[in-house]
Amino acid sequence: MTTRRSLDPTLDPTGSAELAGETVEPGAPGAIDPGAVDAAAKPRRRRLNASLVIGLILVGLVVVMALVSYVWTPYNPTEAMPEDRLQGASAAHWFGTDRYGRDTFTWIMFGSRITLLVGIVSVAIAMLIGVPLGIIAGMTNSGLLSGTIMRGNDLLLAFPALLLAIVFSAVYGPGTGPAMVALGIASIPGFARVARSGTLQVMSTEYVMAARAANRGTFAIATTHVLPNIAGMVIVQASVAFALAVLAEAGLSFLGLGTQAPAPSWGRMLQESQQFLGTRPELALWPGLFIAIAVLGFNLLGDGLRDRLDPKLRGRD
Amino acid sequence: MARYVIGRVLQFVLTAALASVVVFVLMQVLPGNAAQVALGTSATPEAVAALEAEYGLDRPRIVQYLSWIGGVLTGDFGTSYVTKAPISPVIFNSIQVTLIVVLASMALALAVAVPLGTAAAVLHNRPTGVIISGASQIGIAIPNFLAAIILVMVFSLGLGWFPSSGWQAPIEGFGGFLERLVLPVTALALVQAAILTRYVRSAVLEVMREDFLRTARAKGLPAGRALVRHGLRNAAIPVVTVAGVQLATLLIGAVVIEQVFVLPGMGTELVRAVSNRDLVTVQGIVMVLVVLVLLLNLIVDLLYSVLDPRVRRAA
Repeated sequence: MTTRRSLDPTLDPTGSAELAGETVEPGAPGAIDPGAVDAAAKPRRRRLNASLVIGLILVGLVVVMALVSYVWTPYNPTEAMPEDRLQGASAAHWFGTDRYGRDTFTWIMFGSRITLLVGIVSVAIAMLIGVPLGIIAGMTNSGLLSGTIMRGNDLLLAFPALLLAIVFSAVYGPGTGPAMVALGIASIPGFARVARSGTLQVMSTEYVMAARAANRGTFAIATTHVLPNIAGMVIVQASVAFALAVLAEAGLSFLGLGTQAPAPSWGRMLQESQQFLGTRPELALWPGLFIAIAVLGFNLLGDGLRDRLDPKLRGRD
Repeated sequence: MARYVIGRVLQFVLTAALASVVVFVLMQVLPGNAAQVALGTSATPEAVAALEAEYGLDRPRIVQYLSWIGGVLTGDFGTSYVTKAPISPVIFNSIQVTLIVVLASMALALAVAVPLGTAAAVLHNRPTGVIISGASQIGIAIPNFLAAIILVMVFSLGLGWFPSSGWQAPIEGFGGFLERLVLPVTALALVQAAILTRYVRSAVLEVMREDFLRTARAKGLPAGRALVRHGLRNAAIPVVTVAGVQLATLLIGAVVIEQVFVLPGMGTELVRAVSNRDLVTVQGIVMVLVVLVLLLNLIVDLLYSVLDPRVRRAA
């Protein structure tokens, strides 16, 4: 462990470089990486990060669509125009129409709202529960409390997100609400793990030992030293969890157990398109494309942020 | 080694037992109860009480749990309140379909991902490597049910090579069995291959930087032979871990894929049970899926310790 430098955020106001060289598991081979030392010694170059840029563009596209849908859409989403049923792309209907003559582009725009809502709420639930649990587990390392939290984590891992969401829809009835809660709960272990391993690293640093020697309380250490230092890793995890939540919600709605009619959702559009695969394949391709855009966007954003926050990995992947 | 295995198996048993409590409790938190749910809100209190007595729902919860889990351990998942039929045959028949699809998909995904990922690592500075990496990134973002729909469009509706749905047991005709297996397995494997390719690539990249590989090269081994003889076994460690975890993902992915291709697997039965509000069946299927996930994790951990002696010594 040679590269512990300005780990304390008070010494590093940008708050971005402190993770340099610190995401290696303690004792892992390659913990001393000459590349990290070089990167730390040189002033940081703002190299173009392709993952980050493309990720931001794709996520931005979905966000802008959702926001614009509040002020403008080409048509009213529930407005059925029977004379325009199952049309192809045209100037009047950019993405064509569905079997009731509803405008597909309007539905795609509205669908982005559900996609973002499910992602935001489920990630927020997972983060608000998982991060504090992970920090507690990391700070009380090898104690009974830590053991209990991590065993609980293992237990939750036995319930994959989509399965838990299906169970919730069985018990509480299908809907966006139960789906968001189920996906949130299923994402807790990821956040707890990231927060715990980050906390373990921070707790072994000299400035935390100094803070302890100066008799600072556990809570103060957690908020002033641990949280700012693991924030970057948590944000990366949030981006990845967001992508998984979008996928799971689409799958759930595809099964008819997620967002219910008449709310427009990409997964359900895909499900309803199945009858018309032979005649109107674009009814499946448009929602499919946007699900892929959202997932790809959040995955790339996570990759890009990880790259930016951890120079050690730069140029590797 | 023995201590590690015993400890890990005990952990599996304990987690599975806790998971069974969670599954049972989840089904109990309903407003009303299972009998009410099965009969619908319009049922008379007498009818509900009669059904409760018939299925022992008037007993204390703990007794109900013990009788359920006792049955599960002996392979008896109880009787559905909705279909009035025993649940075990449903689970036994559908799990075969699901496992065939999942294992075939994983085999196909690995067969594609290992060479592609290795190539992407070896050629990581050349266009081929970059193209493989980019394609795998896009592949990860495609939901498997979208891949399934596109495959149906192209190979079933378009070219007419394969049937778009249905299932045939191998004993009823192996050709028909394979023919119906191709599209669902490919749909699941495509996305899986994309994920695994990325892991294989970064594992091989990692190994290529190791000193022992440089030593092997310095001693005169050609790059390819050095990688095969010294590198791939080491690269296999993280890949085995990921493949095991991904098997669990595939299991859940199959739930959705079975719907697209109308396969009589666990997913189809689960969704049907959820739609019918048949909670006892949901409970049974979810329990089996959760135990399968835990079992896969157990197998991965044990394999991991075989591949990497450091894990054994640490335990």
